[in-house]
This record gives sequence, structure tokens and C-alpha cells, in this order.
Amino acid sequence: MATVTFDNATRLYPGTTKPAVDKINLKVEDGEFLVLVGPSGCGKSTTLRMLAGLEEVNGGRILIGDRDVTDVPPKDRDIAMVFQNYALYPHMTVAENMGFALKIAGIKKEERAERVLEAAKLLDLEQYLDRKPKALSGGQRQRVAMGRAIVRKPQVFLMDEPLSNLDAKLRVQTRTQISSLQRRLGVTTVYVTHDQVEALTMGDRIAVLKDGLLQQVGTPRDLYERPANKFVAGFIGSPAMNLFPSKVVSGGVEFGNTVAKVDAEVTKKATGAVTVGIRPEDLTVNKDKGLKIKVDVVEELGADGYLYGHVIIDGAEHSITVRVDGRDHPMRGDEVFVLPTEKHIHVFDAESGERLSGAISH
Amino acid sequence: MSGSLNITAATVEPGLLALPWDVPLENWPDDTITALPKGISRHIVRFAQLDGYVIAIKETTDEMAQGEYEMLRNLQKIEVPCVEPVAVVQGRTDVEGNPLPSALVTRHLKFSMPFRALYSTTLRPETAQRLVDSLALLLVRLHNVGFFWGDVSLSNTLFRRDAGSFAAYLVDAETGRLYDSLTKGQREHDLEIARVNIAGELMDIQAGGKLDSDIDPVATSDRIMASYDTLWHELNDPELLEQNELWKINKRVQRLNELGFDIEELSIKTDADGTKVKIQPKVVDSGHHARRLLRLTGLDTEENQARRLLNDLDSYSATVSLLNLDEEVVAHLWLTRVFEPVIRAVPENLDSKLEPAEVFHQVLEHRWFMSQEQARDVPLNEAVRDYIENVLQYRRDEEVVINPPTGTFTAAVDIIRDDDDFEYNDEPMPPRGADEPERDWRDLV
Repeated sequence: MATVTFDNATRLYPGTTKPAVDKINLKVEDGEFLVLVGPSGCGKSTTLRMLAGLEEVNGGRILIGDRDVTDVPPKDRDIAMVFQNYALYPHMTVAENMGFALKIAGIKKEERAERVLEAAKLLDLEQYLDRKPKALSGGQRQRVAMGRAIVRKPQVFLMDEPLSNLDAKLRVQTRTQISSLQRRLGVTTVYVTHDQVEALTMGDRIAVLKDGLLQQVGTPRDLYERPANKFVAGFIGSPAMNLFPSKVVSGGVEFGNTVAKVDAEVTKKATGAVTVGIRPEDLTVNKDKGLKIKVDVVEELGADGYLYGHVIIDGAEHSITVRVDGRDHPMRGDEVFVLPTEKHIHVFDAESGERLSGAISH
Repeated sequence: MSGSLNITAATVEPGLLALPWDVPLENWPDDTITALPKGISRHIVRFAQLDGYVIAIKETTDEMAQGEYEMLRNLQKIEVPCVEPVAVVQGRTDVEGNPLPSALVTRHLKFSMPFRALYSTTLRPETAQRLVDSLALLLVRLHNVGFFWGDVSLSNTLFRRDAGSFAAYLVDAETGRLYDSLTKGQREHDLEIARVNIAGELMDIQAGGKLDSDIDPVATSDRIMASYDTLWHELNDPELLEQNELWKINKRVQRLNELGFDIEELSIKTDADGTKVKIQPKVVDSGHHARRLLRLTGLDTEENQARRLLNDLDSYSATVSLLNLDEEVVAHLWLTRVFEPVIRAVPENLDSKLEPAEVFHQVLEHRWFMSQEQARDVPLNEAVRDYIENVLQYRRDEEVVINPPTGTFTAAVDIIRDDDDFEYNDEPMPPRGADEPERDWRDLV
């Protein structure tokens, strides 16, 4: 078991001037499941590959436990890239399939047997150890493949979009299975995905990246409730948080024909224009107060629904999403007003994008 | 079938449309399927006949099919030896309108074979070594163009005979990625994957009782490291020369030529005081001999076959040297007077045994053995007759060898349920077969 530390780790590709990963500082705790998430090109896979030793580190260091691995070849880092295509060999038994990589690594027979048995117990494959893969069901085969990674007892598991080749249904099933297995094993895991839903459902903590820069690290709840900046606010959550340009007025922020109260601390910090962020579930439809919106479409999802509409602020059109009752909601073409739940309003500096309201946990 | 079937292909293949895309690949009728090598693979792969050639069809996700198709096309453009992508078929539905997986269609490479088809009773040490060496060469070529494979193995490669050795072709590009260039770490990782996979594949053959007892799976798989390193360094290392030993540049070029590479671009830098020169190959291209043979004769062969044929061409030109002819003219004479008569001598029904260049190579080998045995110079036409009669007709057809397809199967991820006291809902096991006697698994790990 081990921690993983990125200490100002930087990757600059030859012939470029802007780092793909720029001075990342991040500590993954022992046994933690950390998800790296961000849009395409944000540097998340590069960060993982730096940890794996597949990318050069052009600045800073990477540590596994107390050991500086910055210049250590991949195979000597005691990490396992999991869920790449593991082949199962038809003539070898389940035990051999799980243990053969240990043989290659020169590990003694007694220890091989011990580790294989341990993994088999964990994966409920003990009774199949002397059977051939063809006798196994699809699910059992997949567990054998997983066993191959487990018997190596790596300090860290690395997973790079492991679910990308699965269809949507299997993807949802599998993500809970992976996080459950990881928790049972207690092995420090770094997981890369572009899918924020996957990140929210799997990670103990999530690190959000954009343009090679770490935006925020926190628990799923931290990121959802206290996004550090406009980018995280818009990226985490589905449907996305509504972001509107707004003005600080006495007592709060201007919200259509009303003033939504926000903490005096927040308005004090504001130096200019602000951006107000409100999640769809924190907006309530009413007859005459707040922002006037025109309903474009309502998506009914059973008990709940989402109203998608648009609003004119300072002459510019902005789209807006509001969670509504799935049965009783305004209809397409209606004009309605919405008001926010004041304690859930997020305020960001319009220019820097940084969060002004409340403390950010890192 | 609904009207939404979407076929992406570089060239129009009318036959593609006629295939039963509204049926799951697993259930395609036997008259469509060329053979039935239904390997237990993560994805279903089957082979069908299409307008005179064989295609491989793989069912997979939309994204993967599209991704692999584009990757293979890119690899083809930069002349990497790999299977040829034919089409991606998306938007498939069955007769009831239920969606079916997308399919990637590739063209089967004629005369190529999966490694498990390269031995019938036991895999011999020389064959194993040659397979590993040819895979090392392929990997060097891939890495040189910036391709990270991610799943290097004998099973993901097809092999063509190449005058006593093998030419390796990449089959599965699913995990691969193309970069501007690879880092040392990426190359090392690919090599480590290769080493583990090759050892696993050899251990599997061993477990099946078909590995020559002289082969140590781990030592043989380790060979890829050395083989790869030697080639990589020869191709890429800079060399520091004194100003007065610039003739060594030519030597480097020749060494690379002998390994089968051409230097397209060489960087030459003089150091500050002008006493030393640093040379480093920048762009190298494999197929030195194959290109020369193609230019001279129009024959398109593998590298070692080309080497062999060129040797024969050279000895032929010695016999006509008095005529003082251009190289091209001599080559034409050799082609029409030596090479083509040998190939024409092969009866049509034996055409699908081996490729022409491989036949020629084997005839030359055969003549050498005959001459040794009979202690005289056996003429070529006599050797050809003897070879056809005593060797070629007993060989199997290798034009289309697709069985066994890979021999291994890869697993997707479906491992554990969320609740901790969950019990796996495993189906009952089939009874033990003869190949699965009761034994203590500890003896096996």
C-alpha cells in the first residue's frame, strides 16, 4: 500500500510551449480511489501516464510512498495498469492463468500458490482453480483476468478509461463493481475518465483538470456543493449548473426583478461583475418573481422533469435548466418566473471565474 | 432491416451490402461463413467470402469499430504492416428492429497465418525464435513511427513466411495509439507487455503439450528485449565521428541496409570546434531489399524473400556480365528466364500452397540440398520438378489459414457486485473433460 504524490509534476511535449500538464500538486492517500476527470485534452491521461512512467516528467517529481519514481522505468514502479486486454489461455488452468506472470517475475512456487489462493478467495474462484477457462462463465473469466492483476500485489492500480469499450448498460453495472472491488482490496487507485457521472459515482475524491491545470480536488460532494470556479461548476453535475452574468447590489445579487440574498461576506469580496451559479434543482417556478423565462421543452423523467428554456439578461439570451415536477409543470411556449434557493446560490468572480461564496475545501 | 444501416468504407464493395447484417454474427448462416473458427474472444470474429477475397468481421462497440478502422487506415498510410481495413458497419438492427453491435470489417491477408497454425505437433525452438524476432522487428517499426500498441502478443499478430523467417503483421489495433513519437517509458511498457504475453502464450502451448521440451517460455520471451534493443539502437543511436572518418557514415548506411532499412533522412551536426561530427538517422524506412526488387522486377515480396531473390539475380548477372547490360535489363532477363519459368512450372492446383516468392526461395533451398546430396550442380529445372513432386504437393494450402483464429480470449470487465455479502450467481460448471483431470492446482502455478 502506498500514497501517490505529484509534486509540481510537469509534462511539456517537445516542440510545444504550453505544458500538457502544468505543475500538478496532488496527494493520493493510501487506499484511496482517486478519479482524474476533465474534458478531452485536459491532461488527465497524461497525468496518469506520467505516474505509470509512460510520459517523461519534465519538471517536478512523482512519488509512490516515499520513493521518488520520477526516473524509474514503468516495470519497476510496482504499479499495475488494470483492465487492459488480459488474455486468458485456454490450455492453462484458472490457477495458472492467474499466477503465470508471477512465474515470469521469478517469484517462488510457495508464494505463487499463496497469492493465487488469496486472490481466488477474494474473487470467489477457489473451487475453480484447477479448471480450464472454457469451463467458466463469462463473469468468472473476467474475474480470472482481474485476478491476474491482483496477484501481483501492486502498490497502485491505474485505470485509463477502462469502461470505454463497454456498451452503456454494462458500463453502469461495471463501475459499481470496480469501486466495490477496489474498496475490498484497499489498493490505492488512480482512475481516469472524461465522464463526470462516472467520477461522481466512483471516486473517494475527484481531481478536475482543464488545460493541464488542476482546478479542484475534493470529494464528490465538495465538487458538487462548493465548486472552486466556474469551470468546475459547469463541468460537474448533470444537467449542468446554470451560470448567469449578474450584478452585486445591496443585500445580494440582482436576479431579474428581485434581489436574491447572499452572504455579506460574499458581496464584500466582489470587485466587479459576478457570475451566479444555480443548480437546476435549486430553482423554483412561480408566477411573478425572479427571472422571466420562456419554456422551450420539458423533459419528463417520471417523478421529476427538466424544463429547458431561455432567459434574456442585459439583452443577451441565456439558456436555463430547471428541475420541475414530472407531472405538474409549465408547458412548452409558456412564460414563467423562477427564483433560486438563496442558500444554494454560488457566486463567482466574472473575470477570474474564482468562487467568491463560502470556503472551498481542498 | 431498418433503413439506417450505415457503412463507412474507402472503396465501394457491393458485396458488403449483401451480407446478412440483420443477423447477429454468431448466427450467420454457414453458406456465408468461410470457416467456423468461432474462437472464444471478447468480441465475436468470423470470416466470410467477399468478391473473391476473405474478410474478417468483428462485432464490437460503435466507438471501438470506428476507432480501430481509422487507426488501421492511418497505419496503412504510413506503410505499417497491418491488416487492411475494409469498412465499419453501424446502425445494424435485427428484423424486429432491435439494435445489433457495430462491425469492423478487415481484409484477410493472403498467405498469412496465426502463430498457432505454424506448428502441427510441437512448436520447435527455431520457429519460436523466428516468431519472436519477427515480432521484435514489427515492434521496432511500429515504435519508430510513434505507434504504442498496448497489447503486443503473438496472438495479435499474423505471420507470413519470409524465406526461412517470418514477416509479422499487426492484426489488433484496438488498444493502440499513434503519437508524434514515443517516450522511452512507452516503449519499455510495450516491451514488458510483449514479454509477459509471449511467455504466457508459450506456457499455454506447453500446458497443451505442444511445446518442444527445449523451449523455456520465459527465456524465449526475454529474447524480444535483446532483439528489439539491438535493432532500435542501430536505427536510432547517434554516432560521434572524427572529421577524418566521415567514411563511417557510409558504413552506418550499409549496416542499416543489411538490416533491411533505408535512411531517408540523416542529421549531421558539427560540434562547436568543428573537430567532431554527430550523425543520427532521422527517418528510416524498412523494406530496403523489397523496394529494390520491386523497382527492378515489379515483384512485391517480403524483405527476406527479396534478399534471397536479389542474391539469385546477382549471381545471374555474373553469368551475363560479358554482355555489359544495364541492371534493369539484366533484371528483366532474370525475371523472364529464371523466376517466371519456376513459378509457371507449378501446376495451377498447387497455387494456393505458397506465395510465388516463397516457392522460388524453397526451390533454391531444395536445389542446394539436392546438389549437396548428389555432389553435383543440379540444374534449376530439375530441382523445380523434384521440389513439386516431393515437397510442394504435400504441403497444406496456406493462402487462407484462419483457424485457429487467436487461441486466447480476452475478458471484458464484469467483476463484482456492489454489496459485500453478494454471492456470485455462477452457472453450474460443465463436467470435467479428459483434458481436465482432477489434480492439485498448487502443482500447476
